[in-house]
Amino acid sequence: MADLLLELFCEEIPARMQVAAARQLEDAVTARLKDAGLGFKAAEHFSTPRRIGLFVSGLPKEQPDITEERKGPRVSAPEKAIEGFLRAAGLASLDECETRADKKGDYYVAVIERPGQKTADVIAALVPEVVRGFHWPKSMRWGGGNLRWVRPLHSILCTLDGKVVPFDVGGIKAGEVTFGHRFHAAGEIKAPTFDKYKERLREARVILDRTQRKDVIWREAAHLAESSGLEVERDDALLEEVAGLVEWPMALMGTFDAAFLDLPPEVLITAMRSHQKYFALRDAKTGGLANKFVFVSNLEAEDGGKAITAGNERVLNARLSDAKFFWDQDRKLHLDDLSLSGIVFHERIGFLEDKVERTAALALGIVGPTAEKDVRVNVTEAAKLSKKDLKTSMVYEFPELQGIMGAYYAAALDYPEEVTRPIREHYSPVGPTDEIPTGVVGQVIATADKLDTLVGFFRNDIRPTGSRDPYALRRAALGIIRILVETQRKLHLIPLIQSNYALHESGHQRLAAALDKAEPFSVDETVSVLLSFFADRLKVYLRDKGARHDLIDAVFALRDKDGNPPDDLVAIVARVEALGAFLDTDDGKNLLAGYKRAVNILRIEEKKDKTSYVGKAVKKLMSEEAEKALAGAIAEADKAAAVAPKTEDFKGAMAAVARLRAPVDRFFDEVTVNADKKDVRENRLKLLSQIRASLEGVADFSKVEGG
Amino acid sequence: MTDAPDRSFQGLILTLQRYWAEQGCVILQPYDMEMGAGTFHPATTLRALGPRPWNAAFVQPSRRPTDGRYGENPNRFQHYYQFQVILKPSPDDIQQRYLDSLGALGIDWRNHDIRFVEDDWESPTLGAWGLGWEVWCDGMEISQFTYFQQVGGFEVEVVSGELTYGLERLAMYVQGTDNGFDLEFGGKKPDGTPFTYGDVFHQAEVEFSAYNFEHADVGVLTQHFKDHEAECQRLLKAKLPLPAYDQCIKASHCFNLLDARGVISVTERQAYIGRVRELARGCCAAWLESPQGRTDGAEGE
Repeated sequence: MADLLLELFCEEIPARMQVAAARQLEDAVTARLKDAGLGFKAAEHFSTPRRIGLFVSGLPKEQPDITEERKGPRVSAPEKAIEGFLRAAGLASLDECETRADKKGDYYVAVIERPGQKTADVIAALVPEVVRGFHWPKSMRWGGGNLRWVRPLHSILCTLDGKVVPFDVGGIKAGEVTFGHRFHAAGEIKAPTFDKYKERLREARVILDRTQRKDVIWREAAHLAESSGLEVERDDALLEEVAGLVEWPMALMGTFDAAFLDLPPEVLITAMRSHQKYFALRDAKTGGLANKFVFVSNLEAEDGGKAITAGNERVLNARLSDAKFFWDQDRKLHLDDLSLSGIVFHERIGFLEDKVERTAALALGIVGPTAEKDVRVNVTEAAKLSKKDLKTSMVYEFPELQGIMGAYYAAALDYPEEVTRPIREHYSPVGPTDEIPTGVVGQVIATADKLDTLVGFFRNDIRPTGSRDPYALRRAALGIIRILVETQRKLHLIPLIQSNYALHESGHQRLAAALDKAEPFSVDETVSVLLSFFADRLKVYLRDKGARHDLIDAVFALRDKDGNPPDDLVAIVARVEALGAFLDTDDGKNLLAGYKRAVNILRIEEKKDKTSYVGKAVKKLMSEEAEKALAGAIAEADKAAAVAPKTEDFKGAMAAVARLRAPVDRFFDEVTVNADKKDVRENRLKLLSQIRASLEGVADFSKVEGG
Repeated sequence: MTDAPDRSFQGLILTLQRYWAEQGCVILQPYDMEMGAGTFHPATTLRALGPRPWNAAFVQPSRRPTDGRYGENPNRFQHYYQFQVILKPSPDDIQQRYLDSLGALGIDWRNHDIRFVEDDWESPTLGAWGLGWEVWCDGMEISQFTYFQQVGGFEVEVVSGELTYGLERLAMYVQGTDNGFDLEFGGKKPDGTPFTYGDVFHQAEVEFSAYNFEHADVGVLTQHFKDHEAECQRLLKAKLPLPAYDQCIKASHCFNLLDARGVISVTERQAYIGRVRELARGCCAAWLESPQGRTDGAEGE
């Protein structure tokens, strides 16, 4: 058994790319090993700011030998054919062939023994392929070379059982050396095995394991905080990022001017984390922010970190003094008076000012005319103020404070909490785990803002493709789904999309850039693509909750009398749940089987007869008890099911069709559909089409899998 | 290097010039034209294209009219200095050479936390982009570091490494001051104290802020933009990339001034940027046909 150690050492890799790259390296190398018939015991990847690497243990020393047989021509075949066969098989003469016999006589067989390649040779061939084919989010060339990597690649360590696997990529020869910490341990380190590698890197002040680096940072940070009676503000994303910025983490604590504690805590935390990657600290007793912070350096300084701390303190004080200046300036402005005029939301969609107007209108449409008056007033005020903070210096400097600053500045003008809270929360939820806005007004504005965004982009045929979703439209749709479903707010999306579309269309301030571009989608096209986008997002949302995607398709495929798909997300979810529960019952399973049987027969017969059997079966052509019973049951089920969707009693609708199960089973047991008499046969086929229609009134069962 | 480097503003410049001269760089003087960043210097933009090796270092005064604060903000100036280094092809040890330059300035890595933090560079007006970092010293950004990949819309043949030191930031760091105007510039007043950055530039910041925001004549600038644009195109037809590129630089500065005057709408802004980029592309294309730029450009030509 042999162990592979591979390390690609380069200049500083962006923190956000390191883990994915190391994983990609592992996947690419192990997939190729497996393809080459080389199994292994275990594989692990690792990454630091300057290296990604991989350790694979328990590889065989060589590939298994492969015996390949190639059938040749008959012994009686012309000489030319035999020569060609020998050449193709790489054989010198017929002596190396076997002769075998079948019914037609004797023929040649070439038995080719392919000895397995040495594992080292396989690796020497595959690693250069992996390096050349590596996918970085952005890659570059350097110097005079043509190799691409995220930043210049400097060395490759590749050993199998402690011996160098020799190969060359873009002029870089694989070897058994690496490099330690940039400052603490310049110079080469010989590290032929994984144990030596880890140990010598550690001596050279590199903690290879990311989890370990995070632990060290967190432990040291907590310890420093504790020594001052403080607690570290938990921030996993920041911890992850910082672990990607250092190879030898040293946590240090600094202080900033206590006068800055007058700033909103969100401002302090953002100033510390977004640019500087500092951890905020809180008083362990009161929970209030302290005028101290923890930061992580990549150096064990000779002066114990005094100069580093002083430098970082100076930077933070300067940043906070900027923030204080913005805070004071912004509060002198009246949020009411700030004009969004001239700010472009998107060149194809138009100005932000218009977006706010549309959002306010849409939000009022969502709460509806029957809402209490003060709700409508608050919706209007909060919507109109919602984006104004984009004109403030603070949000210009710290875009992630949008909404939050608006709420502070509105509060400074004595707007009530019913208005300020929605301003703060209307961007939520920003992710699948983020909370939705807490009150009705915030929920409605958040929904309206996102729906207006979606209509604007979809109308212009700007949609997410593959992994590209630069305007976070998937997140917007998921946000709407979560708000509506989690608050059980019933809403018909189609009329809202239509009225919002009309506002987009009549937007009087069109941008020049929008004019020479392609014609936007029509309102019907927009409704259709947007609803199927919601359907896709809903599938993802419900799949995470365990629902079957085919059931969602089955519900979305329903059409009302105007041909519109269902557009009330709450009702759709209820129907999917009812359908799922029904199909889990015995009745459901059997009925689905009966439905599929009916549909299959119909499809075959309709195709054969080139006609459609949609229609109502007539009583006088029914001779068998079973078909009469079925016709009666369908009539009753249709009556019950017709009432149910109006009352949105989907369980009731399912129960109504469930009663068809026994008559359908009996029909198939006792009745021959393809009767000799033409009119009887046609009548029975019509009855089958009635089964289909009845069930498809509840959901499109043709989309349901199984049965 | 001496043990105690001169930390005055001009001392930093002298140290950097000496250091990069020792590294084989041509020490150029600032280009005699208004530009937004050292990257606009033809010694960077044009020389980055084509196969020929090139090593140069220079101070470039950089003008960003919208950054004017009438001398009231201690950190933001509409005129400041960049120290620019271009090494082509980028040497394997370029990071180490950069770090050694910090050492020459008296920034000792043993007590300072120096970090390369992801920061990709893009110039829409030059049609250029590259990958690299901003360099942090104890949490403060002191330099930009870029490997050029594309210039004027053309993929570079040989990659240049570009280092840009923000001299004011760097000087504030090594002198330990939070106010740019308090920086010790150098020289000596009759009382023996050095001139400050404020002594040298404060009045200029006040006056140019007034010019950039209030007095620059929009009609004249708009006309100048058109004239420089037309002149650039005319010179390109005459296959004179260097004079044409001067006109491109001038057009770009007119645009920056118009932008500061607040008369360019968002859409127009894109259009102006596109027009400058078109000029830059033309200049780069012509450069690639010129003796210093083309692939077959023999050394003796």
